[in-house]
Amino acid sequence: MADNKRIDRRRFVIGALQAAGLFVLAGCDNLSRSDWFTSLLGKAEGVTRRAQRLLTPRRAMAKEFTEADLSPVFPPNGTDNPANPVYQALARNGFADWRLEVGGLVQHPAVFSLAELRDMPSRTQITRHDCVEGWSAIGKWTGIQLGELLARVQPLPSARYVVFYCADPDEDGQHYYESIDFEDAYHPQTILAYELNGKTLPIAHGAPVRLRVERQLGYKMAKYVMRIEVMESFASIAGGQGGYWEDQGYEWYAGI
Amino acid sequence: MSNPSEMSGEPLAGNPLEEPVDSASTVSQTPSPIPVPVVARPESHETPEPAPRVHRIYRHKLPVRLAHWLNVLCLPILIMSGLQIFNAHPALYWGDRSDRDRPILSMRAMRTESGEVVGVTTVFGHAFETTGVLGLSHDSVRGFPAWATLPGGKWLAMGRQWHLFFAWLFVINGLIFGLYAILSRHLSRDLFPKWEGLRGIGQALKDHLLLRHPTGEKHYNVLQKIAYTGVVFGLGPLIVLTGLSMSPMIDAAFPGLLTLFGGRQSARTIHFLACFAFIGFVVIHLSQVVLTGLWNNLRSMLTGWYAVEESGATHGGQQAN
Repeated sequence: MADNKRIDRRRFVIGALQAAGLFVLAGCDNLSRSDWFTSLLGKAEGVTRRAQRLLTPRRAMAKEFTEADLSPVFPPNGTDNPANPVYQALARNGFADWRLEVGGLVQHPAVFSLAELRDMPSRTQITRHDCVEGWSAIGKWTGIQLGELLARVQPLPSARYVVFYCADPDEDGQHYYESIDFEDAYHPQTILAYELNGKTLPIAHGAPVRLRVERQLGYKMAKYVMRIEVMESFASIAGGQGGYWEDQGYEWYAGI
Repeated sequence: MSNPSEMSGEPLAGNPLEEPVDSASTVSQTPSPIPVPVVARPESHETPEPAPRVHRIYRHKLPVRLAHWLNVLCLPILIMSGLQIFNAHPALYWGDRSDRDRPILSMRAMRTESGEVVGVTTVFGHAFETTGVLGLSHDSVRGFPAWATLPGGKWLAMGRQWHLFFAWLFVINGLIFGLYAILSRHLSRDLFPKWEGLRGIGQALKDHLLLRHPTGEKHYNVLQKIAYTGVVFGLGPLIVLTGLSMSPMIDAAFPGLLTLFGGRQSARTIHFLACFAFIGFVVIHLSQVVLTGLWNNLRSMLTGWYAVEESGATHGGQQAN
């Protein structure tokens, strides 16, 4: 009798475990689609951002490598040639007519040509690019420090974010955009790069100018930058999450 | 929880059943204070001896049980969401960068000469066909199959959300447990292997491999001690630190981490290997839980109370641990 009871109990528990397993797996996928749960999971991003910012000195630099460390091939990711007639026209002319508009909450909105950017003091850095997918590549980037550019336009005290609007649309016509805060914007390694590995930035890598934010993941580093806007909030742009991939569920703070 | 006046070492030979862990556990001759009746001996594969005397000891304190069940929640989620993240680039490398022509391991789908699409896993240049599991499963090109990932479908953003949320829970749980184990002397008394135990490791290994498991022991045996100490203070920190090494921000703050692990891609590879070490631990742990008395083990991890036999209860478990 006692043995039977024990076997019944065992069967019950094993059956319950199996049912629970299936229930949990289906439940997890349901949870992934529910608002309350994803917003709960999303709380981790704020904790990560605060913890990482607390642990990392403002000026802590991403490691800079040597020429010997360069990736033999730096794989382009995402758009490799924007399907945008305006961009294509600019590219045909070697971006001679391209102008970078810097405006928004600034005292002196300005427009820069590529030649003007190239005439400003430049910074060259050999850094590791970490894609959210998991791969890394090392490249040598040359460009103008974003802080240098911002100093020329003088952001207003209410400004909190620097938003980058890009030339590349997706199939739905939604253009790539990204945003960073001033802590990243004024970091010495945050540059608008116009050269990769000592050569003019190729179209596949975001010509004429792409952003480098070396302490975050690759998707923060907008390619094909056309316009920079200094803002107090990015909630009004597209999906309101501060970037193209952010609108699709990726973290705004991409420090890990 | 702990009684500072209690003994710390091994139980004395004169009274081997005196439980040194907690004053509440010195119940050798008195009925257990919990309402569960003292029933039969714990399950084992031995022939029952005539009416063994069983009593219960308070084996797992509340912090241990809480930490344990939080890990039970976190680990499957972390492993499965981790495989989802891995699937975004199902290849591993050594060093700082990932040169795509030089992976240590890769999972791909390829078309054979006959036009058939197959899943191929390549390890150190050796290719294996792994259709249905790795590289290609259910007509979908992916590293690990849908049943192994969270979420099931390809969804990197959501995999990261799960992973990074439960990683925090896992880390906080691990930090609290680690501190508790050190401060309460749970580590020194119950977990850390003792020299006498280590000398008996050969016998213990042999007994375990022959499935002659000690059952109803009061203390962890030497293999358990090595496994638990290794996981809590070795594998756990390793998987957390290699995880953090994949953060470009943390790398800027602590450049030594990457020196330690040999580069970001190496850290990613070690993170992956540590994940499978965890899976290996869980598989062995669960099989041991079943083999040494599922109900007794389960009860002790739920309520704290564990049944031990007064005599002849064990074989292979008599050595000091």
